[in-house]
Amino acid sequence: MKGYEYHKPSTVKEAIDLMGSLENAKFIAGGTDVMVLIRQKKLSPAHLISLRNISDLSFMETANGFFIGGGVTHSEIVGNEFIQKHYSALSDAAGNIGSKQIRNVATLCGNICNAAPSADSACPLLVLDAKVLIAGPDKEREIALDDFFLGPNRTALEKGEMVKGFHMPPFNENTGSTYIKHTRRAAMDLPILGIAARVTIKIGGSQIGCKDAFCTIDTISNILKHLEGEDLVCEDVRIAMGVVSPKPIRAKKAEAALLGKVVSEKLFEEIAEIAASEAQPRDSIRGEAWYRRDMIKVLTKRALLKSIDRVIRPDDLIHPDRLW
Amino acid sequence: MKKIKGYSITLTVNNENYDLTAEPNRTLLEVLRDDLHLTGTKESCGEGACGSCTVLVDDQPVRSCLTLAVAVEGRHITTIEGLSQGGALHPVQDAFVAHHAIQCGFCSPGMILTAYALLKENPSPTEEEIRRAISGNVCRCTGYAKIVEAIKSLADQGRQER
Repeated sequence: MKGYEYHKPSTVKEAIDLMGSLENAKFIAGGTDVMVLIRQKKLSPAHLISLRNISDLSFMETANGFFIGGGVTHSEIVGNEFIQKHYSALSDAAGNIGSKQIRNVATLCGNICNAAPSADSACPLLVLDAKVLIAGPDKEREIALDDFFLGPNRTALEKGEMVKGFHMPPFNENTGSTYIKHTRRAAMDLPILGIAARVTIKIGGSQIGCKDAFCTIDTISNILKHLEGEDLVCEDVRIAMGVVSPKPIRAKKAEAALLGKVVSEKLFEEIAEIAASEAQPRDSIRGEAWYRRDMIKVLTKRALLKSIDRVIRPDDLIHPDRLW
Repeated sequence: MKKIKGYSITLTVNNENYDLTAEPNRTLLEVLRDDLHLTGTKESCGEGACGSCTVLVDDQPVRSCLTLAVAVEGRHITTIEGLSQGGALHPVQDAFVAHHAIQCGFCSPGMILTAYALLKENPSPTEEEIRRAISGNVCRCTGYAKIVEAIKSLADQGRQER
């Protein structure tokens, strides 16, 4: 491996000052992407600035929603019960990235800043309305994640800037979110397609107030049929898709078409069709465009159903999806 | 090219402290194998996909091929050499031997350390949890069945002890 200098700043300011004063420097956090690129000789920085020792980056807190520091690892996210319950989609994604060894060191910030179209945590953060907190040499700024991605490996970060963390707003209790990663293998694979959804429903009828009534092993489709007269209205919705365009995108037309409607499985099928029409998937070694487009229809419907399932049934009583 | 200076670091490996000079571009794997001669840790893919270089940092499995030695200063590193005590195999190693969970043996150090970390965190994992835990360790001989059996035997013991 080519030589480089290694720097271990202990504050965000020190890290930014170093980045400003050094030529050809690169931030490194978990290193699971940067190290691979260096070893493959696709990257040869003169300086590596390690973010591992910055305590300001490695914390999570409930603050008008939830804040996740840039240096938090995927394992820490998976282990957080608050995220599991209130920001389930992010928990879904963090639990299936790479392997345990990767998740133990790889950070959320690294996954996002790499800006791969297939980044697993991107879609959940998009549906959870995450804002990116960016620290720069002169000022801090906050932008919506949707504006952060510019294209493959390109972000809105300007020279010398770094991501401090992500802030997600609070959602009311009738909100459920899901991320579905479609892969050939059950582990250690990049997604052929990633779909995330978040749905907030307005519950009109009285029956649904008693959540325990639905703790059966029945499928959510049957439960929805049963609840048809109850007018479950979609109050808020987000749908995001990964690996279908140069960057992770939201299916905004599909969202608009679902907003304010009474939810049903049939409606979700129509919504999924609209989402598929918004995607521009291409052929790649992992999957062909026509297949991806077809699978968007299947998975968008599934993600919406599962999000609603998470609202009307306590999560621990839903039979977990079998992996094997 | 200008010479990059080495950093003096202290690594704690298997409860022993080693004072070393490591260039910042050396991985933990290289330092373990070449400087400390702990060759139980293997390198295969070199880019974080196969798991044969797995070591424990503060009891958590990580890829030593993607970890810089200078980045883990002050942390507790455990390699496969650190599991056996006074010549006696660790129960996880015993179980791998008893269940024929080893064929060529190249994945075994990483596999055993991953299993050790899993059992430490969760003494009685289900088969699904076992398979999930070792999903980052590739074995090209056994087809995983024997490995899962070996870990399961320890999980059953864990269940009985509770």
